[in-house]
Amino acid sequence: MKRRNLLATAAMGVLLASGGALAQGMDKVKACFVYVGPIGDGGWTFQHHDGAMQVKAAYGDKVEIQYQESVPEGADAERVLTQMALGGCNIIFTTSFGYMDATNAVAAKFPDVKFEHATGFKREHPNVSTYNARFYEGRAIQGHIAGKMTKSNKIGYIASFPIPEVIMGINSYYLHAKKVNPDVQLSVVWAFTWFDPAKEADSAKALIDQGVDVIAAHTDSTAPLAEAAKVEGVIGFGQASDMAAYKDGPRVTSIIDNWGPYYVKRVGALLDGTYEQIDAWEGIAGGEVLIGEITDKVPADVKAEAEAMRDAIAAGTYHPFTGPINKQDGSPWLAEGETASDGDLLGMNFYVEGIVGDIPK
Amino acid sequence: MLRLEKRPTPSRFWLYATPPAAVILTMVAGGILFAAMGKNPFEVIRTIFWDPVFGEFAFYLRGQLLVKAGPLILIAIGLALGFRAGIWNIGAEGQYIMGAIFGASVGLAVFPTESRWIFPVMVVAGAFGGWVWAMIPAILKTRFNTNEILVSLMLVYVAQTILAKASTGFLKNPEGMGFPGSRNFSSYPAAKNAFLYEPLGLHWGGVAALVTAVLAYILLTRHQAGFQIRLAGQAPRAARFHGVNPARLVVLCMGISGALAGLAGLFEVTGPAGQISIDFNTGYGFTAIIVAFLGRLNPLGIVLAGFLMALTYVGGEMAATQLGLPAAAIQVFQGMLLFFLLAVDVLTNYRFRLAVGAH
Repeated sequence: MKRRNLLATAAMGVLLASGGALAQGMDKVKACFVYVGPIGDGGWTFQHHDGAMQVKAAYGDKVEIQYQESVPEGADAERVLTQMALGGCNIIFTTSFGYMDATNAVAAKFPDVKFEHATGFKREHPNVSTYNARFYEGRAIQGHIAGKMTKSNKIGYIASFPIPEVIMGINSYYLHAKKVNPDVQLSVVWAFTWFDPAKEADSAKALIDQGVDVIAAHTDSTAPLAEAAKVEGVIGFGQASDMAAYKDGPRVTSIIDNWGPYYVKRVGALLDGTYEQIDAWEGIAGGEVLIGEITDKVPADVKAEAEAMRDAIAAGTYHPFTGPINKQDGSPWLAEGETASDGDLLGMNFYVEGIVGDIPK
Repeated sequence: MLRLEKRPTPSRFWLYATPPAAVILTMVAGGILFAAMGKNPFEVIRTIFWDPVFGEFAFYLRGQLLVKAGPLILIAIGLALGFRAGIWNIGAEGQYIMGAIFGASVGLAVFPTESRWIFPVMVVAGAFGGWVWAMIPAILKTRFNTNEILVSLMLVYVAQTILAKASTGFLKNPEGMGFPGSRNFSSYPAAKNAFLYEPLGLHWGGVAALVTAVLAYILLTRHQAGFQIRLAGQAPRAARFHGVNPARLVVLCMGISGALAGLAGLFEVTGPAGQISIDFNTGYGFTAIIVAFLGRLNPLGIVLAGFLMALTYVGGEMAATQLGLPAAAIQVFQGMLLFFLLAVDVLTNYRFRLAVGAH
């Protein structure tokens, strides 16, 4: 019962009323960012930093940006956050799931500082907001391309941690590959890291050794693409960032996390005094998830279908999780025509029917 | 031309002068690095070494020093005992993880019972977990003469896999909506390692570290076992004639260092970290090796070294956020410390001689 309530709360999405009424705007905002990897990862952290730079570009002298790279998730994050809050940050964006408890713990001690936690679900204090992007929408398009493009009928996915955000990506990818290619088989490798180029490369190699020729990654670096580039006929996708450097190589399209508009909006709200606690979950429609250019390696008809799917998702006429969909054990999840609720997605801890293997427990 | 010549006896002067000399050289070389990056080197050095203790936010950061130094000291003292006897436990990181898992399992198994006995039992379980993990390389060494460096190091990766299993499986928070990670001990008073005196960052782990330092000092200087440890390291043959049983010494030293690393893990998971998570370990077990050598394998020296190391972490973070230094520059700076320590250490056993003419 309690669990259900939690899910329902998490699913409320969009707007949660803020406790304290906010006074007028501010003349100058110090916006601070905590990164889980180095900016040079070329993926996840790179994109968050790009968002931070968009804030700077939008408000110029009215905003001061501060950031710290490679902050471990756990006790160290709490200290970094406290230092930032003490150092006069007005709003702090914590850009990895593992900062969830640290963000809420520090937020309790600094009620006047706004905290924004990416991809989490805990908003224990009125000054904590959460934000995320609907990456699974992009995964649907990748899955479609993967199903059409694979010659070995084996596609792969380098997964980071077994959390709902990752699992829904795997499911979306598989469902859409399966839809256009019933023979497709998915192999998932769990890397248990967000950023570790050596491990990511090993995972890609393990998939290629199994005969996989389309690799999607849910980790932060370009290492999987670099590995795919070594083998003729293997393709992959840019993850988090466009990874355009691999356009002539294995990268056929990409999911781009575009955090800039959200960061600009939130810092702007703080400047003009309209800031409120929210739980944001935007996708392709909101411009937070962008689909990178689909290269000529993809046949024109497949490219057209993929773009049509992107536009349908943007227009709200297609939801990547539309029934009938069964769970892995064969039990029904979504009935014909039914779409997944956000609560179901945010708590997703099961594979859909057809995926082989178990989620690590 | 300069020539290195072995000293007849190690230099007592350089034994004690090495750590400060290494710190000063690190500051100079680091300063050049920061200057080359376009930062004011004096400002960076001040931010790292001065501000955490005396700067604007010292009231908060001073406490963080002990939080960070505590586990380093606790682990390093255990390692130093073994290192002195020539027993190389490189896998403290794994023993730290296992201590945390054992201790946390006990606490979570009885959740949400409230009893004043829960935390002490968890402490014992934590020490036991680390001890068990260290016994594997110890017994393999005494029985089959395997290399304890390799075995203990490899067991770190095994421990990490068990940690991943624990956070996504058997210790996963049932109310965590499927996300990995255990319950947070901060909301479980009976099992929580709370601050005893927050301005100093003192929790039970810090108490344990300081008490252990004193006990280890007494052991080494006053106790028969301490004498055997020193003898085994300095003169293994003499030690055997003196009746030192090498196998027992391996079990003793590995056991102590494992148990102390396990304790450090337990105090960390119930205190600052708060929960078992996939990336719970942040390298204390490896950094403690540097701390042990920086402290000259002397328990009291290790206490100082632990605080110095903590200073480079806490101050390094300050420099990263406030002055916009990349994280990698701070890591290079910390690496320099060990590099210069080892480089200057040569002077303890060797001296430079001007080589004149041919031999």
